[in-house]
Amino acid sequence: MIHNHDDIVGKAYDSTLMKRLLGYIKPYKKYVVLSILLNLIVAGLGPLRPYLTKLAIDDNIEVGNYDGLLTIAVLLVISLVLQSAIQYFLTYFTQYMGQKIIYDLRKKVFTHVHKLSLKYFDKTPIGRLVTNATNDIESLDQMFSSGIVMIFSDIFIIIWILFFMFFMSWDLSLVTLSVLPFLIYGTFLFRKKVREAYRRVRKHLSRLNSYMQEHVSGISIVQIFSKEKEEEKRFSEINNDHKKANIDSIFYYAIFYPSVELISSVAVALIIWYGGRGILEGVVTTGDLIAFILFTEMFFRPIRDLSEKYNILQTAMASSERIFGLLDNNTFIENPENPEELENVKGGIEFKNVNFAYNEENYVLKNISFKIEPGETVAIVGATGAGKTTIINTFTRFYDINSGEILLDGKNIRNLRKEDLRKYISVVLQDVQLFSGTIKSNIDLNSSKISQEQVIEAAKTVGANSFIENLPNKYDEIVKEKGATLSVGQKQLISFARALAYNPKILILDEATSSIDTETEMLIQKAIEKLLVGRTSIVIAHRLSTIQNADKIIVMHKGEIREIGNHQQLLAKKGIYYKLYQLQYKDQEVA
Amino acid sequence: MKTLSELNKYFIKYKNKLALGILFIIISDVSQVIIPFFLKEAIDSFKENITIESIVKYALFIVVAAVISGIFRFFIRETIIVVSREIEYDLRQDFWTHIQKLSYRFFQNTTTGNIMAHATNDIAAVRMYVGPAVMYSVDTFIKSIIVITILISINPLLTFYTLIPLPFMSVAVYYISKKLHKKFTKIQERFSDLTTKAQESFSGIRVVKSYVREKREIYEFTNLSDLYFTSMMDKVKLQAFFMPIIFFITGLSVIVIILFGGRMVIDKELTIGEIAAFVAYIGMLTWPMIAFGWVMNLIQQASASMKRLKKMQSEKSEISDTEITDYSINDISGKIEFKNVSFKYKEDLPEVLSNINLKVNNGETLAIVGHTGVGKTSFVNLIPRLYDTVLGDILIDDKPIKEIPLNILRKNIGIVPQEAFLFSDTIENNILYGADIKDDNLLKEVSKISLLDKDVESFPNKYNTILGERGITLSGGQKQRTSLARALAIDPKILILDDSFSAIDTKTEEEILINLKAFMKNRTSIIISHRISTVKDSDKIIVLDDGKITEEGTHDELVAKKGIYADIHFKQLLEDELKQIN
Repeated sequence: MIHNHDDIVGKAYDSTLMKRLLGYIKPYKKYVVLSILLNLIVAGLGPLRPYLTKLAIDDNIEVGNYDGLLTIAVLLVISLVLQSAIQYFLTYFTQYMGQKIIYDLRKKVFTHVHKLSLKYFDKTPIGRLVTNATNDIESLDQMFSSGIVMIFSDIFIIIWILFFMFFMSWDLSLVTLSVLPFLIYGTFLFRKKVREAYRRVRKHLSRLNSYMQEHVSGISIVQIFSKEKEEEKRFSEINNDHKKANIDSIFYYAIFYPSVELISSVAVALIIWYGGRGILEGVVTTGDLIAFILFTEMFFRPIRDLSEKYNILQTAMASSERIFGLLDNNTFIENPENPEELENVKGGIEFKNVNFAYNEENYVLKNISFKIEPGETVAIVGATGAGKTTIINTFTRFYDINSGEILLDGKNIRNLRKEDLRKYISVVLQDVQLFSGTIKSNIDLNSSKISQEQVIEAAKTVGANSFIENLPNKYDEIVKEKGATLSVGQKQLISFARALAYNPKILILDEATSSIDTETEMLIQKAIEKLLVGRTSIVIAHRLSTIQNADKIIVMHKGEIREIGNHQQLLAKKGIYYKLYQLQYKDQEVA
Repeated sequence: MKTLSELNKYFIKYKNKLALGILFIIISDVSQVIIPFFLKEAIDSFKENITIESIVKYALFIVVAAVISGIFRFFIRETIIVVSREIEYDLRQDFWTHIQKLSYRFFQNTTTGNIMAHATNDIAAVRMYVGPAVMYSVDTFIKSIIVITILISINPLLTFYTLIPLPFMSVAVYYISKKLHKKFTKIQERFSDLTTKAQESFSGIRVVKSYVREKREIYEFTNLSDLYFTSMMDKVKLQAFFMPIIFFITGLSVIVIILFGGRMVIDKELTIGEIAAFVAYIGMLTWPMIAFGWVMNLIQQASASMKRLKKMQSEKSEISDTEITDYSINDISGKIEFKNVSFKYKEDLPEVLSNINLKVNNGETLAIVGHTGVGKTSFVNLIPRLYDTVLGDILIDDKPIKEIPLNILRKNIGIVPQEAFLFSDTIENNILYGADIKDDNLLKEVSKISLLDKDVESFPNKYNTILGERGITLSGGQKQRTSLARALAIDPKILILDDSFSAIDTKTEEEILINLKAFMKNRTSIIISHRISTVKDSDKIIVLDDGKITEEGTHDELVAKKGIYADIHFKQLLEDELKQIN
């Protein structure tokens, strides 16, 4: 099942996860301390103003002191300016901290994914990994930026208000605070209800979206079967459910906001009733009364904020569980502890009794042994599923073999660092992978070791230069996602240029089967010839020309090597190769 | 802004509810505005020795007014916001009804994401205008007028001083939220850059690892992360102003009241109660003033979205019944004729089919063979009019298909497309998708022909098993067989199999073909296949090459011809031999 953010109903607090999450705050400890200090100050400045107002009324306005009133007004302005300024920086700091932390985390996840072996990628949908590295991390933002620090802010505000209120009149405070339980209960109840209602809305929204998504993809089925009317009806049901869920959630808002207003009006009424009596008795001043009325308004925001924290924590727990799950996965192809040095590679390759299975039992390579001398070109042929690609995958250590040995210049590749090994190999895959960037960056893959001249040289050698020169921005032409602007053949030439620019000792080429026009085919054939010169090459061949030029042809069948030899020898044998030849290559003879 | 007038028809539809909502706003506002008045009366009355009873009276008045205001505030949301959801529903329904009618070509040229964006984001933006924007503008307008009138009646000069800061707040909110919207868009772009990079890097992991580019990938991702961080903080810098500005400006108003009002009280021009009322009224105006700036933005965004929606709505459906449609035709029998048919996907693209002439008689089976990309699928797509021919005519029962009502035509053609598209629904609903009645016997019969019955028996809920993400995943072969059963269930006069057995093994395929034989009697069938075994018994086989019919005849005739067909035939024999080798 794919994780769905809308279905999160998990716990809001898990101490193990929380501890681990908090670990990421450590580098920013001083921000946390600073924020909490600022919070303490700023939380007091708001409640200070009703108190100053009281002083203005009781000690100045009532007694006619113009100067005193002005002093208080100045104090009020100062507190307001201070509060605004501090609040600004506080928001900035906490957000900064939150963003920094998730930045670190994002990098960590991305780096981790790159360490994982292909075995992991085979089992995991790319989309899920992408979500882990982006959306899941994003949803931690709120917890780090507003969650943790702001809890202090809300609590401090409430404490300060209580402090001033009780300082002025404790019994009036108690009367006023009698509405507080209703406010708290109401707020938390509302949050809960809204959360549930919102979950329903999300559920129906995702139903609506997947309906549309699915029916846009399957529109031809709808139209071919003339089901537009029926689908319209079904859509209207889903659309209607979504509407109803929304209207349900309106109900909670419609109850909640007026209730809050009502509660604060009741508090005002209570203040007038009890405070009014106090005034008559001379124990309460008019200023007290007005200050209390001002305080009632201040309670609402921190309580509402606190009630939101639950959601934030819940989301954070769910996301962090997935993120840590990924970070804890150690499906790596490990480097040896004491790697052998790899220098002056000549390019001799040997497979010795290699057995390999992607899954436990299903052996894809069975007792494979062959030897390739430095500088030789070897073509591997066979029907689909014969195990050709697997040979490449094991040699580059995308996967480790189950038994046997693979040697490079007589050294077991398991004793080498993966990076060293791969540095000497260039692989050209059948499916050309282009990255967003420029033509140049797709050839040099942004390596600083490859100069512009080398890029052009490589492109020239494979015959890609001419079409690149014809692009408006030449080598700086932007390549879009999936390289939509380039033809299949052009993409292939670029991937050849890429392999060549890295000037590998060993070239591995999985020839594409897709048909291209004859002109490009000629270009590609020539390019391949150039590629193979002066290095050890393994080619999964689909082209007759490649096979004919190979020093050696390895014929794979059902995971085994069945025939080895050159073109003429193998043809004469009239075995598997002979059949394959007639099936796949013979037609190319004319060309 | 003009585009928003498109919405008037929806407003008119719900005019009663809307009018009621506005009435509720007025009632609620009036009772809310009374509260500070009672407050003032109460505070001022303390100066004159009054009784506890009258104090209680004021307190009660406040509660009563608050209750009335609250009740109507409830009804405001239950009318205006509810209407906005109703209109959202209507908009989406109209949008979908229209989209569904558009021709296949439209969907080939428009990404699903694009359509989805219209259906969700744009409609949501318009909804915000219809609901909250309308509610808050009316509320702001009415409340401001009443409050300002009262304030002026208490003290015009103080009113003037107090109100000076407030418009700045509206302006500030307007500009900040406008800029924020832009920054949000920027952030979204940067975030999608991040996502794209992750997507590319993870799916290109083989290249990345082969060329040992992990460090570089991480470096680039970090750079994008930096950019994202920067634009995020850019937003934070602005957003952090939001709250401080709001409470700074309202706080300033309150200080103005205390300072100037206080002096007036000392000068006996004002009472303390009036000061309290002023403070309370300012509190009441704060939110409407904020909302005003926000609403202005909502309107702008809604207008832009409405424009996009309108553009989509103005897409014309290319293929539909026209004035030449002969509605007296209510059935077809299945004779098909192609007369000089040529087809291309776009004006400036080369022809996919050129000058095709062909006749298939009632009850005959036609097979189409050829390499990939020679126009086989285009050929069959023309028959149910997924596309219309560019030149020439297709006749069914000797009538041009453009004269046959579209739903009659399509209801009689069962297509099993190359890609077996199934809905995330039960197996039963998928199979009986096109059938007029949900008939158990029919369900069982077509499943049996398609050799699906045994598979279904092994599913947890048999025919009620749900397919797709929320249910079970079918294998490619099972999908194709379900798709076949679906086509059979409509009892088609013409059955089209477009390479429908590619994921099914040869043995199963042969069995299905035997089952189909009885079914296809008296029906016209067109079979596209790469396998000679599938097509060899057809009445007629054509080979398509480069959009033209290059070979035509029966299996034996074509094998004798030693052309493309014979070549394919030979290769398949070889392939079979290879498979036999152990």
